[in-house]
Order: sequence, then C-alpha cells, then structure tokens
Amino acid sequence: MSSAALRLGVLASRVRFEEKAVLEALERRGAVCEQIDPRALSVRAGGPWAGPRTVLNREIGHYRALYAAGALESAGVTVLNSAAATSLCGDKWQTSAALVAQGVPTPETVLALTPEAALEALEQFGYPAVLKPLVGSWGRLVTRVTDAAMAAAVLEHLAALPSPQSHIVYVQREVPKPDRDIRVLVVGGRAVGATYRRSDQWRTNVARGAVSERCPLDADLAGLAVRAAETLGALIAGVDLLQEPDGRLTVLEVNDRVEFRGLQQSHGTDIDVADSIAALLTKEAQA
Amino acid sequence: MPNTLVATECLECDAVIPWESDTRVGEIVECPECRIELEVESVDPPQLIVAPEVEEDWGE
Repeated sequence: MSSAALRLGVLASRVRFEEKAVLEALERRGAVCEQIDPRALSVRAGGPWAGPRTVLNREIGHYRALYAAGALESAGVTVLNSAAATSLCGDKWQTSAALVAQGVPTPETVLALTPEAALEALEQFGYPAVLKPLVGSWGRLVTRVTDAAMAAAVLEHLAALPSPQSHIVYVQREVPKPDRDIRVLVVGGRAVGATYRRSDQWRTNVARGAVSERCPLDADLAGLAVRAAETLGALIAGVDLLQEPDGRLTVLEVNDRVEFRGLQQSHGTDIDVADSIAALLTKEAQA
Repeated sequence: MPNTLVATECLECDAVIPWESDTRVGEIVECPECRIELEVESVDPPQLIVAPEVEEDWGE
C-alpha cells in the first residue's frame, strides 16, 4: 500500500510545537491527516467508527487521553500509544510497579494508602524523600521532604484535598543528583536522541524552565531507555533517568505523550523526531 | 518561513494578532499586548477563543 493512500488521525485538543511538527511530517509523507479534537469526540463501544483506523494520541489531558485511547480501541482503531501504555505511564505507581516487576532499575518507592500511613512509612524510609501525585506532569506538586515535621505538614495538606486519589501517597527515595537529569526519546524500540535537562532548581522539568543540552547516547543509556519503554508497552516514549552517585542509571518515569521541543532543538538537523514518529505511525497503519 | 497573511483582533484588548500562513486549528497564540492566551478555533475564517486554563492532569 502506498503511504499516499493512508488516512491517519492525530488526537489533540492543543496544537503545540510537537503536534504541529508531526502533522507536517505526516503530510510531507503524503498521508491524509485528520486532526481529532477529543473535546468534541464521542465513540460508541464496539464501533462503528468512521474516522481514521490509526491514530496518534497527543492529547494533553491524561484522563481524556486515556479514555479516548480506550474508546477508539474498542471501535477497532489502532492507537499509538495504546490505552494500556497510557494507563501505565500516566500513573506513577503503575509505572514503578511495572519497572520493578521487570527488574528495570528505578528508585525505591513505597505506596501508602493514607497520609497517616505515609508518615509511618517515611520513618522507615528515611529523609530526604520525594512525595509525588499519582497522576500529574511537569513536576507539579512534587514535593521534597527533608524531615518528619515537614512531611507531617505536607501530608496534612494532602489529607485536606477533596479527591480520594490525593490521599494515596507515592513516596520515593531521593536520588542525590547533579543539577540535571537525562531524557531519552524512544520511537519504535529505538532510542533516537537524548538530552540533559539542567536546572538550578531540584526539579529538572523543562516546563519549569530547565534547559535541554545534547547528551551522548551510549549503548547503556539507549538500552535501558528502550527496555523501560518496552516494559510499559510504549512505542513512543520520553524516558527520564538519573545517574546515581556511583554512576548507575535509574529510571524515574516514562512519558507516553512526550514533549520533545527541547530535545529536537538541541540536536538541530541531526535528528528529526517528528519524522521518526510519522514514520512509525505510517508503518503501523500499513501493518 | 511562514508569512503573515491576515490579522485578527484580541478578544480582550482588541490588539492586532498576526496570523501566519501555517496556523492550525488548536494552536495557542499569545496577544502581544495583554498576553492573554488565545486558541485558534477556525483558520478560514480566522477565529479565536480564549484558551482553556491548564488542568490538573495536563502534561506529557
């Protein structure tokens, strides 16, 4: 089948650098692209579905992305990443549990089912530690606690939040790190590029002002990132890693609707992330 | 480089918003004067709405 005949969908309510770049790359490849806004989307369980049979999920909201993927799959659509991968990647506990189950190195993590249980767990776990919301991105509400008094105050605030999910506390050992973490972009089982994300804050999210610099992609780094992405079933993934003081790499999280503007800019014309994604989507549609 | 083809007005302050030839539905443009974020609702004809606020589960 010629790619010129392909009809592909890109699910996105907000068109950022990444969505625009992928849409342009798909069009350069001759695909007929349909931009699907999930805010106007409804899908009957089991179909029928008159839209594209292969859809790239770039929705910015986690829950809309997760349920849109599941609904489209129910109607027989191939979604990249799959609903299962979005479910695993979008929930920090599910990510940690899956990485641990497959022996992928990741910082020690405890799940406490109430804020009170979290305080007791922290006594066993030690300080400093990091508390993270189960769902969320861009470093939002990620909190470094350095002693019991601080932890008690933060947990009291968590207990007062209205959502029951907020009362389930994800606690992670803090990895002492230099002022940077590493982001590896994986597409179709291949690491296409890596960046250091540097910040003078302890959270090194680009959304918080961290700067991306090109990182050499050696076999260890590439291999671990690909393994982490495969563990979570993510064909397109931004794998975030840290280097322990002894040099070992550890996987922090895997992003299933990865932002790659900083990584692309740090590589210039040496790589084309959007075209790698477009090539994968085209291949999946032809399979 | 994309060309500025037409311009439209900010919904808040009436400032002129430049409109480039490769603008797509769903893009966010920032008003150069009042800095409000506006979402492109339609390209032809050019139409903007106030962009939604960031939600708790937004991210990557």
